[in-house]
This record gives sequence, C-alpha cells and structure tokens, in this order.
Amino acid sequence: MLQHFLDDIIAAISTPLGSGGISIVRMSGAGCIALADTFFRGKRPLTEKKTHTISYGKLIDPQSGDVIDEVLVSVMRAPHTYTTEDIVEINCHGGYYVTQRILQTVLAAGARLAEPGEFTKRAFLNGRMDLTQAEAVIDVIQSKTELSRRAAVGQLEGRLKKEVRAMREQLIDMIASIEAVIDYPDYDIEEETYDSMEQGAQALLSRMDTLLAHADRGKILREGLQTVIVGKPNVGKSSLLNLLLEEERAIVTDIPGTTRDTVEEMIQIDGIPIQIVDTAGIRQTGDEVERLGVEKSKAYAAQADLILMMLDSSRPLEQEDKEILSFIKEKHSIVLLNKSDLAQQLSIEELSQFVPKEQILSISVHQGSGLDALMDAIKNMFFSGMVQADEDALLGNVRHKTALLAAREAMAHCLETIRTRMPEDFISMDLQDASRALGEITGDVADEEIIDRIFTKFCLGK
Amino acid sequence: MYEAQTIDVAVIGGGHAGCEAALASARLGMQTVLFAISLDSIAMMPCNPSIGGSSKGHLVREIDALGGEMGKNIDRTYIQTKMLNTGKGPAVYSLRAQADKTRYHEHMKHVLEQTPNLAIKQAEIAEILMENNTVTGVVTASGAIYRCRAVVLCMGTYMKSRCLTGETITESGPNNLMPATKLSDCLKQMGIRLFRFKTGTPARMNRNSLDFEKMTPQYGDENIVPFSFTNTPEEIQREQVPCYLTYTNEKTHQVIRDNLHRSPLFGGLIEGTGPRYCPSIEDKVVRFADKERHQLFVEPEGENTEEMYIQGMSSSLPEDVQIAMYRTIPGLEHCEITRFAYAIEYDCIDATQLKLSLEFQNYHGLFSAGQFNGSSGYEEAAAQGLIGGINAARYLQGKEPLILRRSDGYIGVLIDDLISKGSTEPYRMMTSRAEFRLLLRQDNADWRLTPIGYEIGLISEERYQALREKQRLTEEEIARVKAQTIAPTEATQALLEQYGSTLLKSGTKLSDLVKRPELDYDKLAPLDTDRPALPAPVREQVNIQIKYEGYISQQMKQVEQFQKLENRLLPEDVDYENIQGLRLEARQKLNAIRPRSVGHASRITGVSPADISVLLIYMEQQKRKG
Repeated sequence: MLQHFLDDIIAAISTPLGSGGISIVRMSGAGCIALADTFFRGKRPLTEKKTHTISYGKLIDPQSGDVIDEVLVSVMRAPHTYTTEDIVEINCHGGYYVTQRILQTVLAAGARLAEPGEFTKRAFLNGRMDLTQAEAVIDVIQSKTELSRRAAVGQLEGRLKKEVRAMREQLIDMIASIEAVIDYPDYDIEEETYDSMEQGAQALLSRMDTLLAHADRGKILREGLQTVIVGKPNVGKSSLLNLLLEEERAIVTDIPGTTRDTVEEMIQIDGIPIQIVDTAGIRQTGDEVERLGVEKSKAYAAQADLILMMLDSSRPLEQEDKEILSFIKEKHSIVLLNKSDLAQQLSIEELSQFVPKEQILSISVHQGSGLDALMDAIKNMFFSGMVQADEDALLGNVRHKTALLAAREAMAHCLETIRTRMPEDFISMDLQDASRALGEITGDVADEEIIDRIFTKFCLGK
Repeated sequence: MYEAQTIDVAVIGGGHAGCEAALASARLGMQTVLFAISLDSIAMMPCNPSIGGSSKGHLVREIDALGGEMGKNIDRTYIQTKMLNTGKGPAVYSLRAQADKTRYHEHMKHVLEQTPNLAIKQAEIAEILMENNTVTGVVTASGAIYRCRAVVLCMGTYMKSRCLTGETITESGPNNLMPATKLSDCLKQMGIRLFRFKTGTPARMNRNSLDFEKMTPQYGDENIVPFSFTNTPEEIQREQVPCYLTYTNEKTHQVIRDNLHRSPLFGGLIEGTGPRYCPSIEDKVVRFADKERHQLFVEPEGENTEEMYIQGMSSSLPEDVQIAMYRTIPGLEHCEITRFAYAIEYDCIDATQLKLSLEFQNYHGLFSAGQFNGSSGYEEAAAQGLIGGINAARYLQGKEPLILRRSDGYIGVLIDDLISKGSTEPYRMMTSRAEFRLLLRQDNADWRLTPIGYEIGLISEERYQALREKQRLTEEEIARVKAQTIAPTEATQALLEQYGSTLLKSGTKLSDLVKRPELDYDKLAPLDTDRPALPAPVREQVNIQIKYEGYISQQMKQVEQFQKLENRLLPEDVDYENIQGLRLEARQKLNAIRPRSVGHASRITGVSPADISVLLIYMEQQKRKG
C-alpha cells in the first residue's frame, strides 16, 4: 500500500546515470523545500528563497555532518512547476556514487522513492498536462515498470531474496505464535516468553543490519565493487592493474593495503566505483608457497564481488589453474586470456567447460587491447541495462533498500515494545509492520500466510 | 400458484443473518417478510453454544453499536460470560458468552414477532422473480407469490445440503432439518456461480452420563461486561454455569486411526472444501500425529436441557466409531450420545459476485448475506445480515448503500475480504485480518459506529445523546489528566513502590505515569485528588486513549493514508476491458469484482501498483472529458 500515496514527497534521480558531468536529483510534493533544508547548507535556507531561483551550497549528511558534494539547488514553488507541486532539484557532480549517496540522503530525510513515471503521473493528475498526453503517460508507466521489474527480478536472484524470504518466514512464525494464542485463548498453546521474543527480534534485527550493510548493491555504492585479480605468477596481473590505473578515464586514489601482501586501488569506470585488490604480493616460488598462493586467492575470491582470473594463453592449462577455475564458477567472474598477441596454447573452447563463454575475454595487456571489452563486461555484469537507463533504472535497488530500512525500523520498534513489556499484540503489530515491509521486496502478502501458519503450527478448532 | 401479498423486502432464511436483515429492514420502515423452512429454527445455533470469542466478540459489539439485535439477545440469554485475552493488549480483549440455545432462539423469535412492519412465515422459497435483472418477487414451494422489490438471501448451510456420518449420508440441513432443494437451481439458471463448502459439528451428550470429577471446571467472570452498550452489568447479572475441560489420549487416537478408512473425508465421499480452522478430530489426529492429547471443552447447551456440547471433537466417523472414541476420554467413559457428530456439505455463492453493499453486481435489489456468502460463524453471518438488511432498505429508499471501511470496523474487514478476495473455504474472522485493529477495539465499537447507526435510523436519539455525553466526559478527562502534574511526595513514592514502578525525582505528568506498563489510570486514583467520579466505560476510554496514545496515533496516520484512495470512487459502469494500459489479468479481475474505489481495487490479487496508476489516469481523463 505504501506506493499508492498521492501527495507525499517523492524523489528520484532524473538524469541518465554514470555519464559524468551533472546529475539531478529531483523532489516533488508539499514540504519538500523545508525537507531539503535539513541537508542543504547555503547562505540562506531554501525556504526563504523565491520561486524559480538557484542557490549554491553544500549538501551534507545530516547524521554525520559530512559534506557529500557541492551543489546547485533549484527551488520551484507550486503551482507553476512540472508537477504543479513544490519541486526541488539538486544539481550535483554526476558520477554513480555521489548521485546515489545524495538520493539516499534525500530518502533518509523522509522522501519516498518515486514510482516509475510518477512525476509525469502527478503532472497529469494535477491538471498540468493535456488530455491527449494521458496515453503517453500510461505507456511510460507500463514500460518503466517492466524495466524496473526486470531489474528487480535480476536483483532478487541470489542472496538478498533468499535472506529476505528467510527473515519473513521467521517473522510470520513469531506472529503466528502470538496470534494463535490471541485467537484461541482457551487452548494450551505454549506462549513465547518475553525473553525468547526479545532474542528472536534481536536476531532478526541483526540479520537486517547485516543485510543492509552487505546487500550487494548497497555495498558497491559505499565501498565500490570489490574486485580481485587472481592467477598464477607471471600471467600479467600487475600489468593489468597498472594498465587500468593508467587509463585516462580512471580516477585513482591510493588506499594503503590492509596487509603487506596486497595493494588496493580505487578506480571508476563510467562513474561506477571499483576497488581492485591485487594479489601480486603473493608471487613467490616453491611448492609450499605456491599452495599458499592458491589458498590465498580462494580466500580473497570468497569475499569479492567480482573475480578477474588471469591466464597466460601462451601456456597450457595446469592443475592449479583448474582448481581456481572450479571455485570461481559460482561467483561473478571474468576469465582473461592474456598474451593474445603470442602463439596460443589455450583456447576459449577449452575454457568454456569451466566457465560460460561470455565470461571469457581475450586480452593483451602488453598491447593494451581488449580493455574496452573488459570494462563493458564489468558494466554488463553488475549494471546490465542500468548505466544507460534513466531515472528509474535503480528503482528496484533503492526501493528494496527503503523497504528493508522500513522493516528494520519496525524491528527496532518491536524490540522497544518487548523491552517495555507491552502486551503481545503490540509486539505482533510491530512484527506485522516488518513483515509487510519485507513483503514489498518479495511481493508477498502476509494476511493469509499468517492464518495458514497458525493452523499448520498449532492444532486448533472445534 | 396464487398472489399472496405485496411487500417491500423478502428475507430468505431465519438464521443469524436472516434475523438481523429482517429486523434492520423492518425497523427502517420497510414492509418485510422473513421466510424460514421451520420457524422453530429461527436464530438456531446448530453448532457451538456460544456467541463471541476472539474477533467474533468484536463483530457482536459492532452489530450492537449499529443498532443490531445479537448483542441484546445474548445478554438476555447467556449462562456464562468471559472477557478473553485480558492479559494482552486492549485491541484483542474479546467477549464470549455461553448461550442457552433454546432461550436464545425463543427470545429472538419473539423480538421478530413483536417488531412492526415485520412478519415471519414458515415456507421454503423456490424461486426468485426477476424482470430486467431487477427483483420483482419470490415464490414459495407451495406456490404463493410475494411481490417485492428487494430480496436478502440468508440461506446459510441449507442449500442442497447433505449430512455425513460415516457411510450414512442424509439429504438434510443442519440438525436434521429440511434442506432447501429448489432455490439452488433457480440461482444457477440466473447465472450465479455457486461453490460447495463443508463444515462439521461434534456430538451432544446427556450430562447425567458424564463424570465431571475427572474434568476441570471453567468458570465465567465475576465482573461481567455486557455485549450491548445499552445494558449495564447490574441489569444482566445472574448466576453462571460452568463448562468443563478434558483431553483425548492415545487410546482415543488409536480408535480413530484404526477407523480412518470409514471416514467420508478420508474415504473420498466428501466433495466440499473444509475449513482449516474447523478440523475434525480425524484431521487433528492425522495432521498432528505427534500430539499426545487434544483439548475438549464440555459445554452446556442450555439450562433446561441435560445436553452437553463436546467442543474440539467434531467428526464424520460412523456412529459405532464415535461411541468407541468418545468413551476413551476421562469423564466420558459412560457417555450417552444424544446426537451424533456429522459433517455437512452445502451450496454457497462465490461472494466476488457481490458489491460491498452485498447486492449482486448484476441483479438490482438482490442481496446476499451470511454463511451463504461463504463465511462461517453466527457472528460473521449476523454482521452481514445487518448490512444486507440496511442496504436492501436503503436501496428501496433510493439512498446510497452503507459501506463500512476496513478502518471503520471488523464488519468492514469481513465484507471487504469476502468480496475482494473470494474464498476457497468458509471464511472465519481473525484478529490478524484487521490491519487497524488497535483502532477497532471492542471497547470503542459504539464510538466508531453508533453515530453511523444513528444517521441510518437504527439508533435512537436518546442512545446517541448518551454516546455524545460519554465522549464529552472522556475528552474532558483526558485533557485534565494531561495537564495534571504529580509531585514526588511520600504518598506518591509509596504508591509507585507498591506497583514496582520507578520512583519520581521531580514533578511528573500524570499522563506519563498512566503510560507506564505497570500502572494505569485507576491505579493512580489515590494520587489524583481532583479526579471527578466517572462511569466505568469512561474511565476505560481515558486509560486506553492515554496509555496507548503513541501507538494509536501511529495507526491513525496509516488510516489517513489508506482513506485517500478509498475516497477515490470508481464509477459502477467502467468497462475495464477497454482501458488501455491495464494488464490482462487486471482487466479480468477488475471486471469480475468491480471495485468500489481505487483503494478497493488495490487489494484485489492480480492488480499491480502500475495498474492502479493507470486507473487513476483513466479517472482523471474521464473527469476532464465529462
């Protein structure tokens, strides 16, 4: 039901992402100008600005006080705006990371992420647009929904979905235990104690925190795409890193390695932050140490978002290559066949029994060829269709995060309710809020599920 | 065939839905006739001998607050009463009363007989007369034609019903009453979709054959709360009768397992869908195989009868198996069964064919209410009957139908669920179905609904003014408590210590003390020297409204958002097939259910948020064109 509000403050990125230059985060709805003042620091508050003016200032994180970006903010007051509501537009310095962080700040301040085509919808519903444009509005809504649905489906694969489902299951279990006692007060149903409910709620809260902290995209946004280059000595790993760093469009910041063995570098590809860990330091000789190298590669690979596996295509495949190939299969990985300029001992065909063909690229670090293909492959793997897409492209992602945050808030409230020893039905209400929020991610409605659970878990009835 | 009479409203069926429907219609000035196959089964309770219980108690109080009869009738005829869930929060407090079944029936029948504009007639209705999809009359099985302009169908479980006890199948309604065999076909011919549902009831026994020494007695409350807001506890105080608790055991389960093949359910004789919440003892033993015992409640059927109802043990096993199985239970070793348990199958409608007013989408003046709509329970039936009767009358008076929202009451939730979701099993009310339950408490049903009942014409001026007075006193007292500061005197600290509450360091708002979990408004009375003397229902409201203020205002905000889309009404004649941009599934569902508002549409499974956006744009388009 959350997404149906008609007149709350909505926000979205309204420029194509990742193209550099300037990005715009747009807000619409009564009260959005005052809301913007909570994170904008200029000469004067925006609420004192005249309509249709632009102000220079800093955009800050109101929690920490950190400056996120220098921005230009347009204030447009109702009714002479696109949506006929108050509108604030934040012009910031392009780039995936900064724009996302600004959007998150706006949402954290209390705005809601706009639905596909919602600005246009409001413009129409508020009489701003001509009747003949209505059909176009509908087309926009349906096509963008399809786009974000596909994005959402893609995202829901894997850990997020599994984890959200699992948490929701547990919530419904806890709700059913409380509700069964409420609906059947005469039956000898074992009641959960406050302590056990507190434990359960605390565990769920921690899981939500973990998920929020590690949810793939969220992590990428904050820390960059964790990328590790693995492979045997002398296949060209360091050269690749150097090449990436030398690339004109790569912006380099040096971050000291966490261990002496590794070097971590931060680069950006079209605004996507990428943190590369080079395992160059483990280049050693001797069987024992070689063994160590494979183990270490595995350890890094286990934590990485993306694995770049380098192979020397002028040498045949060896046992340790196969070993690494077999464990990266389950991960996001790209196999790079280096030294494509030399005589070939290793073919894409031979490798395709380990890794899908589309994840294998020929490259010559020496000649600097194949680098564009690698960049494209990375973009496709993590932001397929998204970097080129428009304001709603990341909807799935941010909406899930918003829903997860709402669930977390409900759980935190639930813990408070338990600790103050409020009656069980208040606990159940909080749990139901949390389960409803998670249901927005998975698309499930809890009502019948709770009742189902009551009757499968407990033996009740006349 | 002969012309019998011209009336306004015909109510078919004299169960809990039919009684409320007929009373509401007649009280609103319509010439009303209630038809029942047997007048001796008016307001009959063919299953459990109780009214209310969790969430069902809410329904009864709401019926009463709107001007219905059920609450008053049970207050007159109860033999035990209990407020359930008092250890939980105020939202789930729930009243339940054991009824004297015979007196409940007699009393209700007498009320019907004495109500102006209302006649009750013993007859089976065989046919509904229609012209241009508009009701014009009903015809009895014996050929009497009653011309009328509105009909409320309240046939309960009587339609083509059959009862099953083991291999024995009887074509009968509940309790061996005659089934209604003819009307189903008439409805089918009209194009109304029917379902076949199933439910069941346990055996009844003579109490003289039972040994209560082996059971645990269950008593009612000393301080009773009436169902009806018009009654005070003093007015209805009486001696209460106990119920008894006992358990099944491994021997019972063995008897059942040995004879499962003779159960019509497991043997495949039953076609209907059984409800999850009304499992037979066979079901329980099979599905919860590791449970060592199941609870049974032995409840009196009334004061002038020795029959006892065995709650928790409905069954459709053959008679000989029933005797063997019941006799394994402590206290029931020598039981004499007076009526055997049975399962019953019956025709009911797919309620998605109705509007929220309970009128059929495609037939003017034809309303449907109660168990025939696929619900279960006396209270659910009565609630629908009341709304069906009110709306039949309003239809004839040319008034807008009364539609209660999910945020108005459990009745709103019940009807909205039935009409929007469609059910595959009988629908039972549960507290978790009400998303705004903290606002829909049983204690404030009058607050929520009596003004509506007054506006409709079912609540007297006097009763309405009494509510206004209660509201005024409550609001004044809340304001006073919020302004009151309690000083950390010796007396204060002593009282706080008595309840294990943190002592005060400085003056504290009285309202903040009320909010402490271990304290409440009444407990703080000794510290609150300016407190006026107030009636108990006012004190209760003051306490709840202050104590849970934060949670309540949170839910009120949710309701506010919810209302915005509820207020966007969809025209009745929209052809969803022709709205460009709606997905196919949404078109079909919207055309079938024909939601009343955009909010209603958003609750239909298969209608997505994007479809809702399309609907909003469509409505704006129409508005500008119009």
